[in-house]
Amino acid sequence: MTTGSLTAPRRTRIRLPRRQVPVLATLALLLVMYGIGVSQYTAFSNVQVIFNVFIDNGFLLVVAVGMTFVILTGGIDLSVGSVVAMTAMVSADLLQKGLPAALVLVIALLIGPTLGLLMGCAIHFFDIQPFIVTLAGMFFARGMCTFISGSSIPITDGFWTRMSQERIGNSQGNFVSISVLIAFAVVLVAAYVLAYTRLGRNVYAVGGNPQSALLMGLPLGRTRIAVYTISGLCSAIGGILLSFYTLSGAPLIAVGMELDVIAAVVIGGTVLTGGSGYVFGTVLGVLVLGVIQTLITFDGSLNSWWTKIVIGGLLFAFILLQRLIGIRYK
Amino acid sequence: MNDTKGRYRTLIGHRLFWPVAVLVAMLAANTIYRPGFLSIELKDGHLYGSPIDILRLSAPLILVALGMTLVISTGGIDLSVGSVCAISGAMACMYISKQPDQNSLAVVVTALAMALGVALVLGVWNGVLVAVIGIQPIIATLILMVAGRGLAQLITQGQIITINSGPFRSIGLGHLLTLPLAIFIALAAALLVAAFTRRTALGMIIESVGGNAEASRLAGIRSGRVIFLAYVVSAVCAAVAGFMMTANVSSADGNAVGLWVELDAILAVVIGGTSLAGGRFFLSGTILGALIIQTLTTTVYAMNISPQTSLLFKAVVVIAVCLIQAPAFRAKFSRRRRSAPPPPRPVADKPKEQVPA
Repeated sequence: MTTGSLTAPRRTRIRLPRRQVPVLATLALLLVMYGIGVSQYTAFSNVQVIFNVFIDNGFLLVVAVGMTFVILTGGIDLSVGSVVAMTAMVSADLLQKGLPAALVLVIALLIGPTLGLLMGCAIHFFDIQPFIVTLAGMFFARGMCTFISGSSIPITDGFWTRMSQERIGNSQGNFVSISVLIAFAVVLVAAYVLAYTRLGRNVYAVGGNPQSALLMGLPLGRTRIAVYTISGLCSAIGGILLSFYTLSGAPLIAVGMELDVIAAVVIGGTVLTGGSGYVFGTVLGVLVLGVIQTLITFDGSLNSWWTKIVIGGLLFAFILLQRLIGIRYK
Repeated sequence: MNDTKGRYRTLIGHRLFWPVAVLVAMLAANTIYRPGFLSIELKDGHLYGSPIDILRLSAPLILVALGMTLVISTGGIDLSVGSVCAISGAMACMYISKQPDQNSLAVVVTALAMALGVALVLGVWNGVLVAVIGIQPIIATLILMVAGRGLAQLITQGQIITINSGPFRSIGLGHLLTLPLAIFIALAAALLVAAFTRRTALGMIIESVGGNAEASRLAGIRSGRVIFLAYVVSAVCAAVAGFMMTANVSSADGNAVGLWVELDAILAVVIGGTSLAGGRFFLSGTILGALIIQTLTTTVYAMNISPQTSLLFKAVVVIAVCLIQAPAFRAKFSRRRRSAPPPPRPVADKPKEQVPA
């Protein structure tokens, strides 16, 4: 990039703040939206409102963390929503057939990563675009859902209902569900992996410039396959959390979720060409989506479709912001 | 002997060979499964039969895929076509449903013009994002894909709007010369696009922009304008497809119209042999691809399998087609097949080099 080399000295001087501008903008947006909520509705300041955002979006958060890995390498994973639905469907179906909960959990958690691994291999070894491979994965997983059952399957298993109804809270009645704790654990592990392990640094390097990473001797293929496997694993965990949340598996659940997830990751400041972004930003992105939904619910006069329009608008604003502050964008 | 072999190899090597073979195989399988599959009969001056149905139902997909072919050949992608279908259909139905005389031709024409106008604006929006602001196509069109569904529901106020308009319904269900009108609309669009791209220099310009936008610009082509135009054409094609989809059921549902049509369209384009990397496009291949997808869907329905499960088959088809087209896979496959070095690949098969802009 010729312009890049010309402005290089200037960029090194103010690089740090620039990298973090998108995340800071998301934080500011979140605070402003929360402020609007508190000033408009008295009940909004209740701590439980924030907890509910986490409870309702725990699975989204986990899936978005996986997507962050993929997008950091410059790829994309369209299969997440379908894999979430497939995991929920498979666990509901197996539980209905009377398998023990622990075994079901293991099987359900293995399917997602396996599919992710296969997709990663197809992307790396045959050099097919991630977009089209994960599209096929999306079709496959969604087709599997209806193949298992055309209608929704209820879950009555004891372990599942306990996970669903357990409330962890204080004496004032504020509580979170176990799913939220699991989601937080996933976020912390992911943040640690990205920041302090070799795999994490490889992810950033591959996303920044695959050719340089390869010339440096970094394992390009292994990293690429790993991120799709991680995304598959996160989708599987998300699917389990969703089945805790809804206590059922439905073939058409989480349709279009991949768009919400990608939107959350982008609003959280991760650059779509890869190489720049944080898990923390993704958490903020998911919170922004959650608060928008809460605001629209509180308002009552606005309809659910406004959520989509607002998310689209925010997506546009944040991409424009990334563009304006001059983060490399192909 | 050698000549026959050579001819055989040319036939196999023709880019339309595999799509045609798949289509023929599927039709044959259908005929074996249901012997009356290929029969066409004349009733009240109209032709009826499964092949006619496939043609009629694939018309919207052909339209969307035509626009998508142009966009993909510039190296981009348009994810928003499904939303554009929904918006244009909702717009037209909304206007018609508000008029006292829904059967008036003037009302329908006004509605179509209005909806096309909106689609033009949406196409311009996509074009500006990609060509002027320079946002990655996949994400630029993702914005409209997400927001567009919301807009469509906003137009219909979340309701499913049903209309009772003869002229509008005929877009989807009307007949002309014993054949469904939708086929002629799709055919006309295909011929129009083909005439503009293959009878003028436009097609070559589009391919050169898809090959390398920067180099084309330096060679004197207004790359930005060409890319911009591709998105506008794609949106207009999607709008017409949206009219057909809504006319088929005489109602507009902001959520359901054109759901996943973008994926089907991309699939059709890829099956047709157009590379997702851009720089080359085959309109005839795209039309064949659309027909294959519709035949697949019809087959799945005819075999009493749930429509959603057809996605499983689509997944298999996508992966198979992509693997066949992937140079890496072909290289491995042909190395194992024969010990002699494979014949030099045509230039089109070469993977595109990443050139830093």
